[in-house]
Amino acid sequence: MAEVSMVVNGRTVTRTVEDRTLLVEFLREGLGLTGTHVGCDTSQCGACVVHVDGKAVKSCTMLAAQASGSDVTTIEGLASGGELHPVQAAFKEHHGLQCGFCTPGMIMAAVDMIARHGGGALDEATIRAELEGNICRCTGYHNIVKAIAAASETMAGMKTAAE
Amino acid sequence: MAGSVEGIGARVQRREDKRFITGKGRYTDDMAVAGMAHAVFVRSPHAHARVVSINAEAARAMPGVIAVLSGQELVADGVGNLICGWMIHSKDGSPMKMGAWRALESEHVRHVGQAVAVVIAETRAQARDAADAVEVEYEPLPAVVDALDALKEGAPQLHEEAPGNLIYDWEIGDAAATEAAFASAAHVTRMEIRNNRLVPNPMEPRAALARYDEADEHYTLWTTSQNPHVARLVLSAFYNIAPEHKLRVIAPDVGGGFGSKIYIYPEEMVCLWASKKTGVPVKWTCERTEAFLTDAHGRDHYSEAEMALDGENRITGLRVKTVANLGAYMSLFSSSVPTYLYATLLSGQYAIPAIHCNVKTVYTNTVPVDAYRGAGRPEATYLLERMMETAAREVGMDPAEFRRKNFIRSFPHQTPVIMCYDAGDYDASLEAALSAIDYAGFAGRKAEAARRGKLRGIGLSCYIEACGIAPSQAVGSLGAGVGLWESAEVRVNPVGTIEVLTGSHSHGQGHETTFAQLVAERFGVGLDTVAIVHGDTDKVQFGMGTYGSRSGAVGMSAIVKALDKVEAKAKRIAAHLLEASEGDIALEGGTFKVAGTDKELPFFQVALAAYTAHNLPAGMEPGLKEGAFYDPTNFTFPAGTYVCEVEVDPETGKVEIVDFVAADDFGTIINPMIVEGQVHGGLTQGIGQALLENASYDADGQLLSASYMDYTMPRADDVPSYRLMTTVTACPGNPLGMKGCGEAGAIGSPPAVMNAITDAIGTNALEMPATPQAVWAALKAARPAQAAE
Repeated sequence: MAEVSMVVNGRTVTRTVEDRTLLVEFLREGLGLTGTHVGCDTSQCGACVVHVDGKAVKSCTMLAAQASGSDVTTIEGLASGGELHPVQAAFKEHHGLQCGFCTPGMIMAAVDMIARHGGGALDEATIRAELEGNICRCTGYHNIVKAIAAASETMAGMKTAAE
Repeated sequence: MAGSVEGIGARVQRREDKRFITGKGRYTDDMAVAGMAHAVFVRSPHAHARVVSINAEAARAMPGVIAVLSGQELVADGVGNLICGWMIHSKDGSPMKMGAWRALESEHVRHVGQAVAVVIAETRAQARDAADAVEVEYEPLPAVVDALDALKEGAPQLHEEAPGNLIYDWEIGDAAATEAAFASAAHVTRMEIRNNRLVPNPMEPRAALARYDEADEHYTLWTTSQNPHVARLVLSAFYNIAPEHKLRVIAPDVGGGFGSKIYIYPEEMVCLWASKKTGVPVKWTCERTEAFLTDAHGRDHYSEAEMALDGENRITGLRVKTVANLGAYMSLFSSSVPTYLYATLLSGQYAIPAIHCNVKTVYTNTVPVDAYRGAGRPEATYLLERMMETAAREVGMDPAEFRRKNFIRSFPHQTPVIMCYDAGDYDASLEAALSAIDYAGFAGRKAEAARRGKLRGIGLSCYIEACGIAPSQAVGSLGAGVGLWESAEVRVNPVGTIEVLTGSHSHGQGHETTFAQLVAERFGVGLDTVAIVHGDTDKVQFGMGTYGSRSGAVGMSAIVKALDKVEAKAKRIAAHLLEASEGDIALEGGTFKVAGTDKELPFFQVALAAYTAHNLPAGMEPGLKEGAFYDPTNFTFPAGTYVCEVEVDPETGKVEIVDFVAADDFGTIINPMIVEGQVHGGLTQGIGQALLENASYDADGQLLSASYMDYTMPRADDVPSYRLMTTVTACPGNPLGMKGCGEAGAIGSPPAVMNAITDAIGTNALEMPATPQAVWAALKAARPAQAAE
């Protein structure tokens, strides 16, 4: 057994877990944060993407113990003060989701993608290439790509306004 | 109020989205109940074997293990075998040959992944550890995976009930008339066509949580179902789990289905049975590889097709022989897919005077095959549209012109294979698509691509499909074990808010939005005053669920009928209160008005009056709640044209889809945004079939593509942005004129892609999936000198 302690969505949590507990199991079963999903066993689908210390991570590929001491953000922690994150808002506006199962991982990956590219507007080819690690079976990606492009523009505008 | 901001035709953003984008969706695996234990199944590693012994002693002694259960106990407890709900008779009149399928098989396993036992333990990890410790001794038997091989003399036999592995040998159409067409044909086109086996892969794996309440002798099942009432009916009537009133089935948020969540699988019923047997709630969540090994697969047809043309290139006959692989067992609706959902669509958009089709279905040592997005119609469309393109090439006619020459143009049109098309305008969708892609300019684009060293090709697909399945009497006469109507109940609350209880089930389709738009359109009330309730057998009246693109055409038609009744009663109340004649009352913008006066009553006041019942018309019952059942009068017939342009790199065989235009006729559209999303998804699944996806078995029956590392799911950079458009002919068969849009993309796109690739590479010898290796090999075979360079 291992004692793990981390900050999840701004709250410090400490639990004793089996050594083999995956971060996604810790989040879903240990903390009841069921917005992070498991869609495969091989780290391909990306439904489980969360942010660990600001970077997108497939939480099915990391032990909870490895994340001890980290700052973790899940889909539940993305909106602030009841206001949707621009990526969340863009997914809704552009119909970037249908069944919703891949959506949390898609959104967390998109937030990371936009940040890694410097917060500027992203083009379609970049977005499609960057989505390599996230599978959606419903939308054909068409509206996901539109949503991420729109969110990247919104966020670039916000960044410019802040400067 | 047509054209209103929230009514029919409005691009309303989805009401269900907020919970999904904030991580507050409630899927089955998100559910937890006190004392819950976890199930993990012990599965056969062999495709075909006798089970010699099962030794669970060591497993039972492991930490946290509550029980290890096997098939003997299941049979002893009287749990029934799994069923196939659609009876098909062979052409000699004999009924289909169905082998027994037990939820846990302790004697004779017939595919890799078949469950032989189940471990129930306190945690999932403990159950997994113990499942590994269950010792099963097998005596392997020879296996057969290919349907043609299974029909051969001396092939391994799967079921005593089905000699020669033949389930049925069925036919449709007029063999003599078709033979006559071929005898007088000026040209005959012949092809062998394979439709590759696919795995549906909704992103949410199947899951079940079963709880037994001993005091009430009552079960609750949360499960990933497209049709919870049908699940309850089957679990109750055929598997003997419990009478219907003692079994509540809840399908909460469900993460996609595409057909694979219609069926009642072994695992869900084992959870119910085990929850009573162990006295603890039992949860099972499928792992992805388990899903590959147990979710019903799709397609897997081999066909020989012949098309007869007269001297003017008019089609005079079509003859098809198909062998369909149904896997190791007959899944719930498997028998209907390669028959009434397939061969009845072989006329396509064309006036073909004579058609004959023979279908043999076969057992093999593979995962059972059943309906997957399109279900039979993609197989028919692929066959016919590959034939159309090939025939046009053979007679030297432009493929678009060849199709125009043979289009059906008068309606209703009775085909030689049961279907009677009610309405359509195939020229309209063809011309819209050709114009959008600039068909005339293709030669220039091809020349330009050639200068870059790329082979550019263009391919058409003019599909038709049958949705809104279907008139209950008609499907009953064809062997269906159920009626295929839908139900609705509209409850107006005393304060005027409205709840619509529907037998349809939403697992991505956005019913909570579109169904509410219908109410907004009819009553002029805001969407925020309407709730759509579905997916719980305790809340909603019996309904048939969602599959076959039926929730609009059938499900919403039931809601229309219930709304009609509510409106009629409300108008009587309004007329009474306003002291006007009932015929003078109109409902506009959420208000009942008396024609030619300024007298009016808002909707909520009429609702309140219905419940206070202080002043109702003489003899009227209080309340404002009405139910309806809608049974369609015919199938609906969505149709359209897809045009695909590809560029092939001759060095690598890699195919890039450079343009894709879809022109669909879905009849009336409630929410264009949601309809476009359905098409995007369908197109991507169809392109996945054409380019990427294949359930690949080795000769021993091992599924080689049983994970996302091996089975190529379409990624974002595999597909283009699509260009969509619609043409509209209203469906005359239902009150809203809707046809259905959920499957069209997956039905129409594979032949468009393959026609484009074969146009580009100049050879027709190519099968799906057109992987770079397959395309390169086809190129090399066709042009050995160039490929060698």
